[in-house]
Amino acid sequence: MTDAHLDIRQVTKTFPTPEGGVVVALDRVDLAIAEGEFFVMLGPSGCGKTSLLRCIAGLEYPDSGEILLDGSRIDDIPAYARPVNTVFQSYALFPHMSVAQNVAFGLEMERLPKNEIKSRVAAALEQVKLTGLDRRKPTQLSGGQQQRVALARALAKQPKVLLLDEPLSALDLKLRRGMQVELKRLQRETGITFVFVTHDQEEAMTMGDRIAVFNEGKIVQVGSPQEIYRRPVNGFVADFIGETNLIKVTVGSGGFIFPGGGVLARELLAEDCEVPAAGECLLAVRPEDFELVDTDAAVVGEVVDVIFTGGLIRLHVRAGDQEIVAALPSHGAVVPAVGDQTRLRPITKAARTVGS
Amino acid sequence: MSPVTTSRPRRRLVNLSNFPLFRGTSIAVLVGMYLPLLLVVFYSFNQNRLAQIWTGFSFKWYDFVFHNDDILRALKNSLIVAVVATILSTLLALGAALGMLRMARSGRVFAWGLLGAPLLIPEIVLAVGTLGFFLTIKVPLGHVALILAHTAFCIPFALLPIRARLAGLDAAPFEAATDLGANEWQILRRITLPLLAPGILAGALLAFAISLDDFITSFFIAGPGATTLPVYIFGMIRSNVTPAVNALSTLLLIFSATMLLAVYLLNRIRRSD
Ligand SMILES: Nc1ncnc2c1ncn2[C@@H]1O[C@H](COP(=O)(O)OP(=O)(O)OP(=O)(O)O)[C@@H](O)[C@H]1O
Ligand SMILES: [Mg+2]
Repeated sequence: MTDAHLDIRQVTKTFPTPEGGVVVALDRVDLAIAEGEFFVMLGPSGCGKTSLLRCIAGLEYPDSGEILLDGSRIDDIPAYARPVNTVFQSYALFPHMSVAQNVAFGLEMERLPKNEIKSRVAAALEQVKLTGLDRRKPTQLSGGQQQRVALARALAKQPKVLLLDEPLSALDLKLRRGMQVELKRLQRETGITFVFVTHDQEEAMTMGDRIAVFNEGKIVQVGSPQEIYRRPVNGFVADFIGETNLIKVTVGSGGFIFPGGGVLARELLAEDCEVPAAGECLLAVRPEDFELVDTDAAVVGEVVDVIFTGGLIRLHVRAGDQEIVAALPSHGAVVPAVGDQTRLRPITKAARTVGS
Repeated sequence: MSPVTTSRPRRRLVNLSNFPLFRGTSIAVLVGMYLPLLLVVFYSFNQNRLAQIWTGFSFKWYDFVFHNDDILRALKNSLIVAVVATILSTLLALGAALGMLRMARSGRVFAWGLLGAPLLIPEIVLAVGTLGFFLTIKVPLGHVALILAHTAFCIPFALLPIRARLAGLDAAPFEAATDLGANEWQILRRITLPLLAPGILAGALLAFAISLDDFITSFFIAGPGATTLPVYIFGMIRSNVTPAVNALSTLLLIFSATMLLAVYLLNRIRRSD
């Protein structure tokens, strides 16, 4: 990625609190998003995702920093003049306008000729599969349909960047899955850069070409879903993306000493992570990365819970003062029962050290 | 508009109709409110010169009202003043409401208070003040003075529903409009005004009703040439009470009922399309 399409440089945004203090919503955020990318911003509630989106859209102005689109600054031009459009979380449809009028609004603001507006509205409604509903009012639509109108309204403008703020969070699970697939398709077909905000890590993984993980106003990690899942830079990311055991281990001469006394040989660790010379550190191990072993066990402990979840069986094992979760294939031969002593080990190169 | 109406079970913390005196009180209040109106309508058809003695059915007082030049002139004055004052006060109230959106919180609270306070001040005080003010700055009493005075006291009434509507509006459509490329002027025309329209209409109707109905201020300000209908009716009653007063009042009643109905129908049409 040489030239960034959307370039966010050192953007900081604070809000005053009623008590007279300040909330730092964005703390020197740097981000480079490529043209035609499906970029996902992921993070827990209140971490600043919406604030960044609003700064890009121009609904909020950063305290400092720059936002560039195709090399020229947009952070100092008003929202209505930016070639960027937003799909709002609450849809924000115009209640007094029909579906077609909602979609046409943005085009009328550009003073396009009437027949072009008409054809672009029709095309946008077809893209989101709403043909035939163009004379309805927003209140006469289901939540999923309103969502599509919001999408069509923004897409009709043919923006350079489409910003989507948790657009699917109000939909039920089934509808949500369907819309995820459709958004991916729309993004491929239109080639528009999508910046998609969510706090659902699963959604982020299925949709994003790349993901930026936010925490407390800062970007913690940017990378492909695989990178972020497989090589989280710290405990926060490891914990936030998918399920992870964060295990406090002691670095010894033979390897890592687990709570409960088991030892993991240093060679079994993932290659590209830093290992402190001595002392304690955190190891991240995904539940599905454990296997049952007879010898050389890292986790030695008593099974305190066994949960059958279909394809996988989840074992909760008490090792020393920590409870570790392992997810084993349910077709495996022996399944330990509650109360059994069991021995587990992370498969080769699955365990990683992470900062806290 | 749905053909099927499902009755929802209602849960209330307190069921008022269980209180022993509730039903009786309700009926008494309704009778107290509407019986005088019914009597006015009833006696407007009385043939007798003496308003309160029924001798037979007649339309003659309606005929009298429709052919009395003084009454028609007073009606015309009332309508002119009410229409102009309604337009002016509604526009000013709208401007004030929109302008206050941009003020800092403390300033806004103060401004709302300032504009709302006249609702609580006795009208006689306002009327005396207005009269004194006009005499001081030498505004001649008459139509112009009436319109100015009515505009002033209608503003708080026009403001009430506009303000309520404004407070209930969500910021989201405005942000969406900006995002879609609308500048401030376009937002005002395409989003703000349409969304405020029910409030503006309600404000205008309220102002119109208040202006048409006003007696105290008009009595002070009108002067000889600009007598409004309420002032004229007052004069009629003082000189000789004829059933003509009842006929005139009945006509006014029909007029306001028609207006109410129109608003109701307008709202229904608006909602169903
Ligand atoms: N207008 C505002 N005034 C004051 N504080 C604000 C404002 N907008 C956001 N904040 C604060 O800034 C921080 C970041 O908010 P933001 O809405 O960007 O979070 P988010 O990541 O979108 O969260 P969520 O997932 O809950 O939508 C929060 O602490 C929030 O309270
Ligand atoms: Mg948000």
